Amino acid sequence: MRKNYGPAYAMPVALWISVFFVVPISIIFLYSFLEKGLYGGVVWNFSLDAYRALSNSTFLKVALITIVLSIAATIITLLLALPTAYFIARSAYKNFLLFLVIIPFWTNFLIRIYAWIAILGNNGFLNNFLISTGITHTYTQFLYNPFAVVIVLVYTYLPFALLPLYSTIEKFDFSLIEAARDLGATKSQSIFRVLLPNIKTGITTAILFTFIPAFGQYAVPQLVGGRNSFMLGNIIARELTITRNWPLSSSISMVLTLITTIGVLLFLRLNRSAGMNIKNEKKK
Amino acid sequence: MPKTKGRFSFFVFTTTMVFFYAPLIVLIAYSFNNSKTMHWEGFSLRWYYELFLHSRDLWKAFGNSVIIALTSSILSTILGTLGAIGIYWYNFRFKKYVQITSFLPLILPEIIIGVSLLIFFAAIGLQLGLLTIFIAHVTFNVPYVLLIVSARLDEFDHSIIEAAYDLGAREIDALLRVIVPVSMPGIIAGFLVSVTLSLEDFVITFFVAGPGSSTLPLHIYSMIRFGVSPVINALSVILIAGSIILAFSTKGIYKYIFQK
Repeated sequence: MRKNYGPAYAMPVALWISVFFVVPISIIFLYSFLEKGLYGGVVWNFSLDAYRALSNSTFLKVALITIVLSIAATIITLLLALPTAYFIARSAYKNFLLFLVIIPFWTNFLIRIYAWIAILGNNGFLNNFLISTGITHTYTQFLYNPFAVVIVLVYTYLPFALLPLYSTIEKFDFSLIEAARDLGATKSQSIFRVLLPNIKTGITTAILFTFIPAFGQYAVPQLVGGRNSFMLGNIIARELTITRNWPLSSSISMVLTLITTIGVLLFLRLNRSAGMNIKNEKKK
Repeated sequence: MPKTKGRFSFFVFTTTMVFFYAPLIVLIAYSFNNSKTMHWEGFSLRWYYELFLHSRDLWKAFGNSVIIALTSSILSTILGTLGAIGIYWYNFRFKKYVQITSFLPLILPEIIIGVSLLIFFAAIGLQLGLLTIFIAHVTFNVPYVLLIVSARLDEFDHSIIEAAYDLGAREIDALLRVIVPVSMPGIIAGFLVSVTLSLEDFVITFFVAGPGSSTLPLHIYSMIRFGVSPVINALSVILIAGSIILAFSTKGIYKYIFQK
């Protein structure tokens, strides 16, 4: 028998992740049950205040806005990404078209947000254009609303959704669609009952890659959102750095962590069992 | 096949491309504008002069970004690769623990990692600065390297490693002469992904950076907050051109990674 070197190999990474991920997460879990200190920090008394504060209507409103905006961004992203990925995968110039997707993907995240500020901002391209052509006479406020947040979220995460979709569609055997059509399936039947179930992994990955970062978003609503489009991430940052209520910041972080983890696990499981149903159907 | 094939997908594809490129084209065009506003007043290169000659803070931040990207990627590649090898080849008590805890950072929103690290650094009294940014970057990069190298280990013919052991290779020989060379495409891919993620990261860095330890994304953020600035337009053009050049020059590397 060879010696078991597994622990030696895995120990450095286990230590690193324990100290800089598991311990910090445990600390915010702990802090969420403590009282807040006067100037930030915590007082070591057990308290459920930070969780009670979550039932107040301002917080619930932000939570609702966060869910609505991130679901909207995910749906729009998917509706654009699916046909686009399909087109690229079927094209004779797929390498070049893929390259066109990779350029915005590699462009800095903040530059991509900034591009929209430069266009939609009060002194931006669109306002200058509308005023100089006489269509409008004063500045129109295009930014600082939920629509701006959704547009920029879609713009930011579309490449992340496109790439996994492309790679699964590219591997898909298109003779299956021809077979379905030959056997009398309509065009939409062949897409919904043959293509989509077969590229399920790509769709799941695309949804996760869009929804998770959108749901925990901080930068986009901070830069292009307004009062009515602040998301949970912004509240966490505000409680941490401005209001200095660390227990509240921690309890919101715990909620965000919990929702994301449960969401991901549920989604993966649903997807797995749905995939199995299809296989079973095929067997029948 | 019917002739209408792809008409709808072509339409959506075109929409997506216009959506992708219209903002970038506006940025590029207005970087050559003579005015400080988004009102066209003639061609000029003044914002490029400004960017290259009068933006010392920006270049200092860029330098920080490069240093952190390289150092954190080297460490995360080493940690991640060793971890992947250990998990792949052996069974041990804390294996499940490593698998789960190294998967979680991939699915959690970035802000959670940023906030928890900030609170952690405050709790242990570590001054925020380049060191804390470095630690944070290694932490979010390691899971990616682990994932990518594991995928590579999954692919190749394992009998060559068995053969190495049967022929009397010591562990260190098997590691350096067999396992590492065959996993090299995965290791390089993991390293490149780490560098990219590190250069790109804004949210986590935002929380763990201290005064005077700005990175390029943090510097861009502080400029954007004051509204439209033609210097950012010029910088965007340089960054976009940079990513196109990188995309071309690393094409060979990616080909090597995917073909092996």
